[in-house]
Amino acid sequence: MSDIVEKTLTALPGLFLQNQSVGGPAGVKTSFSSRLGGLVRGITALTSKHEEEKLIQQELSNLKATVSAPTTTLRMMKECMVRLIYCEMLGYDASFGYIHAIKLAQQGNLLEKRVGYLAVSLFLHENHELLLLLVNTVVKDLQSTNLVEVCMALTIVSQIFPREMIPAVLPLIEDKLQHSKEIIRRKAVLALYKFHLIAPNQVQHIHIKFRKALCDRDVGVMAASLHIYFRMIKENSSGYKDLTGSFVTILKQVVGGKLPVDFNYHSVPAPWIQIQLLRILGLLGKDDQRTSELMYDVLDESLRRAELNHNVTYAILFECVHTVYSIYPKSELLEKAAKCIGKFVLSPKINLKYLGLKALTYVIQQDPTLALQHQMTIIECLDHPDPIIKRETLELLYRITNAQNITVIVQKMLEYLHQSKEEYIIVNLVGKIADILVLNTVDTYAPDNAWFIQTMNAVFSVGGDVMHPDIPNNFMRLLAEGFDDETEDQQLRLYAVQSYLTLLDVENVFYPQKFLQVMSWVLGEYYYLLDKDTPEEVLTKLYKLLMNDSVSSETKAWLIAAVTKLTSQAHSSNIVERLIQEFTISLDTCMRQHAFELKHLRENVELMKSLLPVDKSCEDMVVDASLSFLDGFVAEELSQGAAPYKPHHQRQEEKLSQEKVLNFEPYGLSFSSSGFTGRQSPAGISLGSDISGNSAETGMKETNSLKLEGIKKLWGKEGYLPKKEGKTGDETEALPVPQESIIMENVDQAVTKKDQCQVLTQSKEEKEKQLLASSLFVGLGSESTINLLGKADTVSHKFRRKPKVKETKSGETTSAHSMTCSYFSSSSNATYEDDYYLDALQDRGDKELNKFSLNSELLDSESLTELPSVEKLSNCKLSSSPSLFTDNNMEGFHPSQSTAPSVAPETSLASSLLEETSEHMHSELVEVCHNETISVSSYKIWKDDCLFIVWSVSNKSGLELKSANLEIAPAENFKVRQ
Amino acid sequence: MQFMLLFSRQGKLRLQKWYVPLSDKEKKKITRELVQTVLARKPKMCSFLEWRDLKIVYKRYASLYFCCAIEDQDNELITLEIIHRYVELLDKYFGSVCELDIIFNFEKAYFILDEFLLGGEVQETSKKNVLKAIEQADLLQEVKKVIFKNKSFVT
Repeated sequence: MSDIVEKTLTALPGLFLQNQSVGGPAGVKTSFSSRLGGLVRGITALTSKHEEEKLIQQELSNLKATVSAPTTTLRMMKECMVRLIYCEMLGYDASFGYIHAIKLAQQGNLLEKRVGYLAVSLFLHENHELLLLLVNTVVKDLQSTNLVEVCMALTIVSQIFPREMIPAVLPLIEDKLQHSKEIIRRKAVLALYKFHLIAPNQVQHIHIKFRKALCDRDVGVMAASLHIYFRMIKENSSGYKDLTGSFVTILKQVVGGKLPVDFNYHSVPAPWIQIQLLRILGLLGKDDQRTSELMYDVLDESLRRAELNHNVTYAILFECVHTVYSIYPKSELLEKAAKCIGKFVLSPKINLKYLGLKALTYVIQQDPTLALQHQMTIIECLDHPDPIIKRETLELLYRITNAQNITVIVQKMLEYLHQSKEEYIIVNLVGKIADILVLNTVDTYAPDNAWFIQTMNAVFSVGGDVMHPDIPNNFMRLLAEGFDDETEDQQLRLYAVQSYLTLLDVENVFYPQKFLQVMSWVLGEYYYLLDKDTPEEVLTKLYKLLMNDSVSSETKAWLIAAVTKLTSQAHSSNIVERLIQEFTISLDTCMRQHAFELKHLRENVELMKSLLPVDKSCEDMVVDASLSFLDGFVAEELSQGAAPYKPHHQRQEEKLSQEKVLNFEPYGLSFSSSGFTGRQSPAGISLGSDISGNSAETGMKETNSLKLEGIKKLWGKEGYLPKKEGKTGDETEALPVPQESIIMENVDQAVTKKDQCQVLTQSKEEKEKQLLASSLFVGLGSESTINLLGKADTVSHKFRRKPKVKETKSGETTSAHSMTCSYFSSSSNATYEDDYYLDALQDRGDKELNKFSLNSELLDSESLTELPSVEKLSNCKLSSSPSLFTDNNMEGFHPSQSTAPSVAPETSLASSLLEETSEHMHSELVEVCHNETISVSSYKIWKDDCLFIVWSVSNKSGLELKSANLEIAPAENFKVRQ
Repeated sequence: MQFMLLFSRQGKLRLQKWYVPLSDKEKKKITRELVQTVLARKPKMCSFLEWRDLKIVYKRYASLYFCCAIEDQDNELITLEIIHRYVELLDKYFGSVCELDIIFNFEKAYFILDEFLLGGEVQETSKKNVLKAIEQADLLQEVKKVIFKNKSFVT
């Protein structure tokens, strides 16, 4: 009795649910078409995920019973399929229905076939094994006389088709290219496109037929063929240059509105076709002047026509801009394209702004002035509430990083990094920062040690274990190899050691494993720089880490390697003893081996010292890889009848030939690898050589040599080396002249940045942004001179710079002073005599001052005469604003200029200057560098869109300055001498 | 285009079309992540998203989100227009389309999509031609139905 009750109770919900799903509200007669509706309604009525799951499972089991029942008609099957699709969409498994979907496509009439094909295309993917069962159906339908059936077959082929079955349908589809109905031709082209994607070599022989499709009288067929051409040209653009003319003609017709009105989209003629054609042209015209010339007209036309203020015209404009910058440059077009980018960037619509930034990122290497023009917008975007905009802005900044703005840009990137949580973004960003840092530091422009190490610390702690393994490796290599200057290197290493010791002091902080590995390597390698008698302190720290459970065993291998290294320097440590005790009984075989090695090495101090020399990580160790010292032993063994050694492959062969022989392979392998498995990684730079001495060659190859090749040279003496050198011939005449002025001012910018920020917090936000802009876009000004546009109209937007050196002197100095500014390690040897006027850009000689003064408003007010009197305030101006000059006189500049020696003897000038400047926003006077006799200070003034840098050099000694030599490293062309 | 998703404001998937072969598990993971990310975005924000190495272009129409994944070098704006054109087609077909139309006739929505986009590329840009193709197929079906009914009537 109770049994029956129980059964009824369990069956009830099912019955109820079935009712619900079948019945519908009005209780209409159960029809198949309303079943889906019932299901949908049933689901919508439910409140919890759990209920939904129950309902769907119920539905699925019903469906399962129905589809496998032999009585089910195809019509019912069709209905079932629709519900199955729906269940799958909700995330439930309906795989039992896949085979029935194929059956339905095969057996059904048109109506059912259509649903069957749809179900197949939704359920299966192109590698699914069941798909093979569909091939026959497809072949049959392709041969059908019914247009709709052919269409359906072609549609499914264009979506999913097993690669290996292509030959079965290829001839049929080829035939369809000549079909009288355009819809069939169009679908056939797309099916071939699909084949080209998954198996390009199978459709190679019909490339000629694609040309026919391109010339098809139906626009749809032609448009479909463009997809194929885009792919093929992308893979090999040189093979299709002859088609450029055709593409241009088609684009002309499209732009000119010659296509049927149907193809208009919001009264724009066929935007999709236009965009596809523009992309093709961009590929064809790349680095090819002759081909590019063919398309200038039509591109111009496209840019001109796309005026309507609608999204789709912007889409075309964007593609146009992209194409114009991809092909061989033409200044007029570039100018127009640049204007378009401006429209995007300045647009209030956020989508367009994003694309503007994207376009800027793309063109920035060709034309850095654009970034200067839009610097304020870029700064705004940097603080945009939408993280996507922020990220694109950082991408843009990443492309314009140079030695001068690196600190600011990296700081911005780190800020973003701290906010982001998504792993993909972190990996990407960390990679970029490390890229900037490591590559930049290779150069002599390396920002100071502290900054570098601290930034790397931040990168390691955030990026930690997700970062690319190259990053820590490159970093360690950088430390090991160092730069040209040995003392500088040692300082960097010392700083790293100190900073890691401090970090390890902090309690309860867990660093990522990669970071710990880097730390242990650095500590092991460079702890001696601290000049302490015993490494007891650091050993304690390493020991603590080794005992920490959260540290991975790979990291422990690094740690113990560091301990070994340190032990060789001071061997009487009880911590080491304790450590050996702990780990010789460790369960981790790798650790145990390391501990034993350490134990035995300690017993032979001489050997240990020779194995682990101090600071020799970059030097190769001579290792007898052939193991010749064993020769005697081998000979002895052989004479006593031992079997000769056979190499691994030989043994393998023999093993294959006589299968019954015992397999010794695992032992052979373990001999060479057991010692290295854990060791491989830390050994990468230094340690490996110790144990690999008497073992197989394989270990050696990896351990000793550092890989030096494959590193891009991105940073040169002038800062960032844009990749454009090869690309655009026009720009090779880059004038290095203005660069140094910028470096010059940046020396103080970098120093004063923080102070400025403090000073300016009270002032308007606007000004802060300008400040930021000045530090971000520094270094780009020089490149502005090589503006491809060749027009002067950009001048007004540009960032002007007018550094001035104001010199105060009261006595006589005997020698030139060299002041090393640690930032950028640029030494400015400033030696001045008397007063003079400096013009960084002009080499025209002494007395053309009037001309120069045109370039600088301030100069106008000054009378400049020579007056060699001592103890007078005098002026020394560096008018080195590249943007003030228009292109025509730019060409006259030479890298090395002489100075224009003339003197402005006005004592009052300094004060007048200060008066004038006080009207404008200015930063505090900050001392840049000094020594006992001379000090250089600077401050900045913002006026309109100009930035003035005022430098004052004051002589603290009573001596007379004999000569002043202002030299901005490394280019010596910015020199002042008299 | 790599895939297209339609989902409601509540995060319920309404349509999914994958143009790249992916396992079911991956598809589910991607869908879940994307629905979450897109729904979390504020209305004034940019219609584009960077997600893994893909660009996501999405747009909201009433209670439905249309979401396409494209590659980085593709044109985001024209993808927005693809979405819009698809909505136009649905609108024309259903006659002022609403979410319910798509829920209850999702197979029709798929048929329309297949006539507009094929294998991830725009197949036909003329609205008239797409609808013509759909109508043709529908019409044939209707005819078949009528014949079928007549037959059954006769026998």
